[in-house]
Amino acid sequence: MTDFAKIARDGIWDNNVVFGQLLALCPLLAVTGTATNGLGMGITSTAVMVVSGVAVSLLRHVITPEIRIPAFVLIIATIVTLVDLGLNAWAHDLHKVLGLFIPLIVTNCAILGRAEAFASRQSPVAAGFDGLMMGLGFTLALVALGALREIFGAGTLFANASILLGPRFAFLELTVFPDYQGFLLLVLPPGGFIVMGLLLALKAKLDQRVSGGVDLTPGRPAGKVFTSVGVLDPDHKEELS
Amino acid sequence: MFQTLRTHPAWHGLLLGAFSLVAALILALGSDLTRAPIAARAAEDLQLSLSQVIPAALYDNDLTSSIHMLQDQTEGAVPVFVARRDGQVTATAFELTGFGYAGAIRVLIGLAPDGQVLGVRVLAHAETPGLGDKIEIRKSPWIDGFAGRSLTNPPPSGWKVRKDGGVFDQFSGATITPRAVVQTVARGLALFDRHRSTVLAAPQEQT
Repeated sequence: MTDFAKIARDGIWDNNVVFGQLLALCPLLAVTGTATNGLGMGITSTAVMVVSGVAVSLLRHVITPEIRIPAFVLIIATIVTLVDLGLNAWAHDLHKVLGLFIPLIVTNCAILGRAEAFASRQSPVAAGFDGLMMGLGFTLALVALGALREIFGAGTLFANASILLGPRFAFLELTVFPDYQGFLLLVLPPGGFIVMGLLLALKAKLDQRVSGGVDLTPGRPAGKVFTSVGVLDPDHKEELS
Repeated sequence: MFQTLRTHPAWHGLLLGAFSLVAALILALGSDLTRAPIAARAAEDLQLSLSQVIPAALYDNDLTSSIHMLQDQTEGAVPVFVARRDGQVTATAFELTGFGYAGAIRVLIGLAPDGQVLGVRVLAHAETPGLGDKIEIRKSPWIDGFAGRSLTNPPPSGWKVRKDGGVFDQFSGATITPRAVVQTVARGLALFDRHRSTVLAAPQEQT
């Protein structure tokens, strides 16, 4: 029985790619100079996550555990390359904005992580839904980070959104602070780290409030950790030695 | 039987090989489907850039396919787009790469037959947003300051940013970026000067 509500909650908040798992930080910090770039990256990553989740899930009985990592990487790289070609051919303006970052989606460890941890053990429907929710969570994180950096770095919001979404979305393009001189630090990579740190703290604070301030222990007890030498299970340490 | 096959090392290799083969087929198909549209988009991009450095009234030929290869000692092989009206060369445009604060800056330079600058545009760069990106026409009209310039206007000693004793403005907070662009345009003018006669006598493409 697949618990879709839990998958959605996991993907968007509890186990959010960025704010829960701290994955995919390389594309995150690279593209979120503006909210529009974040949104574009989020949408393309989501598409890749859904398709790769379904593909991995469909092939989960064929792929043997020994070759699963190269097989997953191959699947993801193929999908990303197809997305890259397709965008270049049919959404050229978007490709000009995102072009450099699309190959980075392959290095998005969140996609490989979901293939390994979820899609390879679940039905295609659940895997696709998980990809959608994880992608949505990632998109939210990208847009939040991009919006904050853009508003306080350049004084605008969703600049060039009409290039990404078409002229009908030109109303999204706002100038938040007219005649703003710009705050370069936020637009540059260090600003990305700073804003992300602040957002992480905010999420921790919100989670703490929801749980009634009970969970104050730093760090959760680790579950099973999969490594190249085997499974590290904190409850059965002697198995490895 | 099947279970023992699945655990045999050769099976893994075969399986991965089969995956690679299928992936290669899918990619070949995707590449084949998108080749024509991508080439069309690239040609549109090129046409758009060229139209910004050569006024449309100056030519009636197909600029994107009117390419003359220059062999230069310092710049290497440079493809030059030759604009013609009624068979007469009216303008040329070519791309050179300069090196700014954060790597390569691709500069497209349009020149009149007498070596005057018609227009300059930066095609791609990775300069600091908010500082160095004023070389883009979207951010600042600075790049239009090259129009009408030539190797003698200003004289070679003036082809520098103001901070270095030249005539071109730098931006507050960014000197390296405009310096690189000014140097690249100057290189382009010198390149054209070395090959002016061959470019102007370039054989007309068959139409």
